[in-house]
Amino acid sequence: MPTAGPRSGDAIFANVERVNAELFTLTYGAIVRQLLTDLEEVEEVNKQLDQMGYNIGTRLIDEFLAKANISRCVDFKETAEMIAKVGFKMFLGVTASVTNWDIEGTCCNMVLEENPLVDFVELPDTCQGLYYCNVLCGVIRGALEMVSMKTEVTWVRDVLRGDDSYELQVKLLKQVPQEYPYKDDE
Amino acid sequence: MIGVGKAKQYSNVLDKPLSKGKQEVSLSAFSFLFSELVQYNQTQVDNIAELERRLEDAGYSVGARVLELLCHREKGNRRETRLLGILSFVHSTVWKVLFGKVADSLEKGTEHEDEYMISEKELLVNRFISIPKDMGTFNCGAFVAGIVRGVLDGAGFPAVVTAHFVPVEGQQRPRTTILIKFAEEVLRREARLG
Repeated sequence: MPTAGPRSGDAIFANVERVNAELFTLTYGAIVRQLLTDLEEVEEVNKQLDQMGYNIGTRLIDEFLAKANISRCVDFKETAEMIAKVGFKMFLGVTASVTNWDIEGTCCNMVLEENPLVDFVELPDTCQGLYYCNVLCGVIRGALEMVSMKTEVTWVRDVLRGDDSYELQVKLLKQVPQEYPYKDDE
Repeated sequence: MIGVGKAKQYSNVLDKPLSKGKQEVSLSAFSFLFSELVQYNQTQVDNIAELERRLEDAGYSVGARVLELLCHREKGNRRETRLLGILSFVHSTVWKVLFGKVADSLEKGTEHEDEYMISEKELLVNRFISIPKDMGTFNCGAFVAGIVRGVLDGAGFPAVVTAHFVPVEGQQRPRTTILIKFAEEVLRREARLG
């Protein structure tokens, strides 16, 4: 029996259990607030958010692969499309679009039309260096690392910092072939 | 300038129209986030009581905001002034918005006049959490207890709110009870209002 093709983000999102986005938004806000109180330095908070995202990403990829029913992506372009169309949709209920590919096809930008993390949020003057949604960078980085891709994910544009959209840059640094944990002669 | 329909940009977040609250994210997204919250706090504390307190504080800030949001959106800015009113608000409206269903039960404590209990068979936040034996009575529901405390405090009903596991016969996972103990002044005021 032929395997079913990859499922669309909408179809998966309709089938998973969902919760109110506001609970998610407010919980994330509480996390950022806690970090700001504990760490005080905005740069430290950015790093910690990225680390938390990384931890989430390394576990999230399993669920993504299980539910999305995709076979290996042929190239990084396909990977980026998967993340934007399926990944964001099935977890956050929003879609992203991929733009700005470079010539080698290793670097692209993802524009988020909506962002459930930032409802009700405004950055005070004391936190202007904060990348409020840095957790998303970590998630993508962590998830891709688990499928052998080392990437660098950064924010290019951030509405909370005065830009007009949320735009991430995803850059493929290198493909790391999976290593077996066991040596041959053991 | 022609552009792909971009949402109108508001300079002030207070000018943005309030969402209807119908947007959703996946349960796993929330669960992952909550697990990171707990794991992060575990690195910041030395003992269970501290961990519960930190989770509760995180929940408190959520509760305070939920109260403002729901009062404005669901109740047309009317304030609850009676005890049963605010309890019913928490048990039904708050629970329905945050967790998708009303709480399983709301009971008055039999031993003490100032105690009320909201019970839930399985708290949303505890769905994918199992507590190791060496953590004793620790309950991540402390986050939800914090939310309730935030709502009650903001509404003018100060209380001490805690979360407890209550084993249920025939069920493998215990039920969670949120115990609300109102401050003296709340009961006095309630008695005055008759």
